[in-house]
Amino acid sequence: MRRISLILVPYLWLLALFLVPFLIVLKISLSDTALAIPPYTPTLDLSGWETFRAFVGALDMENFVWLTEDDLYWKAYLSSLKIALISTFFTLLIGFPIAYGMAQAREDWRPTLLMLVILPFWTSFLIRVYSWMGILSQEGYLNQLLLSFGLIDEPLIILNTPVAVYIGIVYTYLPFMVLPVYSALEKLDGSLLEAAEDLGCSRTSAFWLVTVPLSKSGIIAGSFLVFIPTLGEFVIPSLLGGSRTLMIGKVLWEEFFNNRDWPVASAVAIILLLILVIPIILFQRNEQKQREAEG
Amino acid sequence: MTQSVFAPWNDPGAKPLIQFKNVTKRFGEFVAIDDLTIDIFEQEFYALLGPSGCGKTTLMRMLAGFETPTEGTILLDGQNIAPVPPNKRAVNMMFQSYALFPHLSIWDNIAFGLKREGLAKDVIGDRVQEMLRLTRLEKFARRKPHQISGGQRQRVALARSLAKAPKLLLLDEPLGALDKKLRQETQFELMDIQEKTGTTFVIVTHDQEEAMTVASRVAVMDHGKIIQVATPADIYEQPNSVYVADFIGDVNIIEGKAEPQGGKVSIAWAEGQPNVTGTPSSEITKGQTVHFAIRPEKVTISATKPEDATNAIQGKILDIAYLGNVSTYHVELPNGVVIKSQTANNRRLSRRSFTWEDDVWLSWTDTAGILLER
Repeated sequence: MRRISLILVPYLWLLALFLVPFLIVLKISLSDTALAIPPYTPTLDLSGWETFRAFVGALDMENFVWLTEDDLYWKAYLSSLKIALISTFFTLLIGFPIAYGMAQAREDWRPTLLMLVILPFWTSFLIRVYSWMGILSQEGYLNQLLLSFGLIDEPLIILNTPVAVYIGIVYTYLPFMVLPVYSALEKLDGSLLEAAEDLGCSRTSAFWLVTVPLSKSGIIAGSFLVFIPTLGEFVIPSLLGGSRTLMIGKVLWEEFFNNRDWPVASAVAIILLLILVIPIILFQRNEQKQREAEG
Repeated sequence: MTQSVFAPWNDPGAKPLIQFKNVTKRFGEFVAIDDLTIDIFEQEFYALLGPSGCGKTTLMRMLAGFETPTEGTILLDGQNIAPVPPNKRAVNMMFQSYALFPHLSIWDNIAFGLKREGLAKDVIGDRVQEMLRLTRLEKFARRKPHQISGGQRQRVALARSLAKAPKLLLLDEPLGALDKKLRQETQFELMDIQEKTGTTFVIVTHDQEEAMTVASRVAVMDHGKIIQVATPADIYEQPNSVYVADFIGDVNIIEGKAEPQGGKVSIAWAEGQPNVTGTPSSEITKGQTVHFAIRPEKVTISATKPEDATNAIQGKILDIAYLGNVSTYHVELPNGVVIKSQTANNRRLSRRSFTWEDDVWLSWTDTAGILLER
């Protein structure tokens, strides 16, 4: 009995705060936009069987069809995918050496280094993104610095370009890459590398043949932790990317708040969710495989 | 046809495979290896024995190339190996933790070193197959290390380190993780493999029984120095110091003042006790402090005073350790000293001659023990 209630609590929580809202969004995506409050029809009417049948009959796939007709949407999806993939790659490129350095550091230093990676989370995410605007703008610190060194003659335009979006995403999500990779590298037995060297590997080939394969699970976990939230990212592209950066999160925002077209916005959200479900399933399979390998 | 005994260390013409020449290794202030000089010959099974922290692992890691000597030189086949990195040495090591690559199958683990040499595929395949056969692992080739037992993992580690046919194989506590029964079986397996392959083995262990079983020569170490290098039998019967006598097996040490009498030495060791007589192996001066070391199994225990024994002492049985095949009697002498005597239990327990609190006589001949100066 106690076990059932223990399981029941989280499931009720998920049911109330995930499944029900999802069903509401799904229902809105099948509705039509209207000048009303809420801004769509039909609304759920459970007063009788007939009214309910009329309600179901009014639902249709029109909004999803619309998404395929206007090329804005699939371009936004593709652009989001591209940005998410490239950002994940750069996060790995920068995050792996950081994690490697941390794992190689003296043991009494590691908690401090770990703290430093987590430290940015103590400041508001919005403030940190805004401060990048101050750094990257034409009169910003970066341009001033480069100008004073004489490296450039006129200020670079970085803000409101995709480059700024990449910088913002890589900066924000770096800890999500560093932490899982670090935890995989930290577990690595040093004698494995010695064994590889003993059997004829150079330091470099021991790194590629032993270190990288054995930190694979951390790399995969980190990549998903960066890729999944980046795909739906809205704040960073809208603050740093200007109008030229097309991302699905931004489209969703605009449909919802600027056009007040809740049904289309909901349809965009449903498709985004479906796209995300694939990497989430892959991520969980990776976790499971790792658990099996360890157990 | 006479079969010659394998003892290159007694042959002045034999050329050692490995020579340590005045090697010292310091870690900061700590001296791990202290001015050490040893020779290891080809096809030897050389055991480094000592308590933890005595420098035996450091010595091995210097041979593998993971540490370099602070002073002195190490020669392999007459060549100084200090500048040769571990991946270029004809030396392989079997790690204490086995260090098997968890992401590779048994087959790939064994092939790892061969692949680095860039050998042809079929050559690698043949060699791996040979190693699998040698270590009886054919059935497990496709498994991953976490899918096999501890004993099998130990054999994979051995196969992997032997695959490249090294001139020298280093074994760091190779059997430490196995239970006693498996360890004993594996010891004989190791000797068998060493004999078959003709590779020189250097084994590091803190288990004296293991060293005695497998090794052709045992080097007893303490505090970065070699105390004695000898065959297992000599280490046991002719220890050169109290440290070695005490480290290998069980021993009774009687300390006293020497008094040479003809070819023998009489030792005054306690008031009210008869002197102990022993046979010296070196010159002993009168009044010198000497230690008489005698193994428990060479002390005879009897109910009455034996007629012809050179040394006989009376005492009372304090404790009996019954080990099945043998029993060790702890006999307390009137002055409080406890002497151990070991007897083989070739009779059933119900007919055992002695029990607690019995008055007994301990006796031994004058050649049963050894006189040590330090």
